[in-house]
Amino acid sequence: MDLAYGPEYEAFRTEVRGFIAKHKDKAPRRFGVARPSDEVIAWQQLLIAHGYAARTIPKEYGGYGAEPDILKSRIIAEEFTAAKLPMGLANQGISMLVPTLLELGTEEQKKKWIEPTLKGEVIWCQGYSEPGSGSDLASLQTKATEDGDDFIINGQKIWTSTAHAADMIFCLVRTEPDKPKHEGISYLIFSMKTPGIEVRPLTTMTGHAEFNEVFFTDVRVPQKDIVAGRGQGWFVANATLKHERGMLGDPNQAGTRLKEIVDLMNEELVDGTRLIDHPVYRDRLAHLQSRVLAMQFHGLRLLTAASKKEDPGIARLIVKLQGCEINHQLAALAIDALGEIGVLYGDSPHLRAHGSWQHRYMFDLGLIIGGGTAQIQKNIISERGLGMPREPKPAKA
Amino acid sequence: MEFGLSEDQKLLQESIRGTLERVSPLERVRKAAESREAQADDIWQALAELGVPGMLVPEAQGGMGMALLDAVLVSEMLGRFVAPTPFIGTAVLAPLALAGAGTKAQQETWLPKLAAGEIVAGVAISEKASGARDGAGVAASGGKLSGKALFALDAATAGILIVADKAGGLHLVKGDAKGLTKVALTSIDLTRSLTELQFDNVEAEALSGGDAQAALRRMIDAGRVMLAADVLGAGWMMIEKAVAYAGERKQFGRVIGSFQAVKHMCAEMASELEPCRSLVWYAAHAFDTMPDEASLMAAHAKSLTGEVGRFVARTATEVHGGMGFTDLLGLHYWFKRIGLDRQLLGSPERVRHEAAVLQGWVAAD
Ligand SMILES: Cc1cc2nc3c(=O)[nH]c(=O)nc-3n(C[C@H](O)[C@H](O)[C@H](O)COP(=O)(O)OP(=O)(O)OC[C@H]3O[C@@H](n4cnc5c(N)ncnc54)[C@H](O)[C@@H]3O)c2cc1C
Repeated sequence: MDLAYGPEYEAFRTEVRGFIAKHKDKAPRRFGVARPSDEVIAWQQLLIAHGYAARTIPKEYGGYGAEPDILKSRIIAEEFTAAKLPMGLANQGISMLVPTLLELGTEEQKKKWIEPTLKGEVIWCQGYSEPGSGSDLASLQTKATEDGDDFIINGQKIWTSTAHAADMIFCLVRTEPDKPKHEGISYLIFSMKTPGIEVRPLTTMTGHAEFNEVFFTDVRVPQKDIVAGRGQGWFVANATLKHERGMLGDPNQAGTRLKEIVDLMNEELVDGTRLIDHPVYRDRLAHLQSRVLAMQFHGLRLLTAASKKEDPGIARLIVKLQGCEINHQLAALAIDALGEIGVLYGDSPHLRAHGSWQHRYMFDLGLIIGGGTAQIQKNIISERGLGMPREPKPAKA
Repeated sequence: MEFGLSEDQKLLQESIRGTLERVSPLERVRKAAESREAQADDIWQALAELGVPGMLVPEAQGGMGMALLDAVLVSEMLGRFVAPTPFIGTAVLAPLALAGAGTKAQQETWLPKLAAGEIVAGVAISEKASGARDGAGVAASGGKLSGKALFALDAATAGILIVADKAGGLHLVKGDAKGLTKVALTSIDLTRSLTELQFDNVEAEALSGGDAQAALRRMIDAGRVMLAADVLGAGWMMIEKAVAYAGERKQFGRVIGSFQAVKHMCAEMASELEPCRSLVWYAAHAFDTMPDEASLMAAHAKSLTGEVGRFVARTATEVHGGMGFTDLLGLHYWFKRIGLDRQLLGSPERVRHEAAVLQGWVAAD
């Protein structure tokens, strides 16, 4: 156990602070909803150039090319958070597709896609779920039939986040219909401009169209745009999901939210008394702080294990379940403490923080469901983490 | 930076685990509880052979000069095996009191004896950690103590007692001092001794070699971290027992562990408890190297393990069905140990209030 940074790292911290002092005015104020704004793209590229985003991705693919160093990554996160500056972009392309291509893509795929994705110029969507295949993803039916050097894709995806604004899709399709369900799937990447694709936005409970239905009618995609070969899609998808679950359970985000709630409860007055003086809300806040801290230290433990190439076992499997739940609970506390003001939304008078607590409270419930539901996480924890028996197959009717 | 255990620490924990597996099986624990042994001498002796009583005693006084994080690893195992030993008082809190506030003479006299496992030390600080109840409180005047202290740890067979007075001073009292009456308190948890100490003008030596208030603060923090580690060990044992039982017990023609309701209970227990390990490690490490954070992190570790411990204890019992409710299975020893841990040295609600005060969210009352 050694949480000291040492002189090399203190020098690095000074460097990060220097960058922040010099460039903080360039930090974006307008983020753009589905596509990053020009400000965001410029900021992202500035961060990559200095190694504060895409830090460990090789230079040849448009990253900064630094050796992985968990301590430096932590220092960057700490300093940016302390200065209330946005970090680099975290969209599905950067968080899921890029690591997947690095691990399993061909040289040509890496060269072509990683750099513009990192820069925020190419936006991706994730085409996994279908109307009949959610938790049971491997039952997916969208089919890709061979036609010369191409596949012809027919079928439908649903809940596809940002598909309405995306340039590209990474998509699971059934290429070998005669094989067992897990072995017949392939992972394809193709343009959303390909003829035969229709996107219909779906409005979510937040009131925004955050995800979509995507229909494929005779969509022609070259066979070479497969990642890791025919029938390997299930394996590739699981590699991607691992990255998605890591992103969804990020404990630093919870840490930032907790700070925001502490500020809010210090500032907001009810009958002239600060919310934080209310013993029940204060107790809930302290309890959530215990949980957030536990997950932050847990994150350090996982990073240490990863840097030593040790398998953290069950400690890793719980991150998505815990992280998403805690985020949701944090939003719930902010709303409860605000009371009637907490349910104001849209552009109402007296609205606080642009209605973001309500938005988070709803959106976080979406994240509890998306990326593998809480119940599916519990199946995984009990079966893979605790070695409990799998669900028996029901007898055929 | 490295957030994890060293190879030495892993070995330490394995050797404690191996020893306790041998000397503290359920039958031994049951015998200690049923015959109201205040502590299982044979278990404590086996740990003494590994140097456990002297872990935190400085090397100059014959101890091993280890860190609180090392003690956490031992405490976790003691919880795992519900071992009836005077570890927290004798091996953790008394050495901290003496090393922090004792005079040179007090240190030279008592620390080597503690390190060698020759005497047990009881500790009475509950009033300072959880508040005074039923008129408890000890007054010190002219080298004498009067009043009473409740919930003294490891005091039943103690050769010396470390006692906090109302003003936060610390005193050393001989276990057989004149005017001292010990009344056994019976808690749900029969694996640990709790005592009421009554002082009728009892001779005492003040610990006057250092800042007693600061030493008392350190004792409370360390005690909370030890109890948190105890829950971690006891809780994981309950989860493992639940998983094992669910893998054997059959109903409706299949093992109950294949029912998703049962699997999800187990997954929830694991996913709540495992982050506590990270928090407990951090709290111990803060105690060892980051004094500014120590009290806050000890409070968080105590609070979260208190809450999660309660959930694990009842859920693991439910997984065992009626069998979980019996004395025969003995699962209740873990249930009760976790129940005591939650209240000792500050309940979750109380320590969360302290955490709020420590961060300046509200003024101290
Ligand atoms: C905000 C949001 C964004 C999303 N973005 C994307 C995206 O970009 N791309 C994409 O492909 N998908 C996306 N999804 C889809 C998401 O992955 C699915 O919603 C999720 O996997 C659940 O599938 P389902 O909706 O079909 O629910 P179902 O699978 O029908 O589940 C309904 C209920 O049944 C339970 N259940 C199902 N099977 C089991 C089981 N074996 N054991 C126990 N309980 C079970 C579930 O836990 C749930 O409570 C998104 C979803 C949300 C909410």
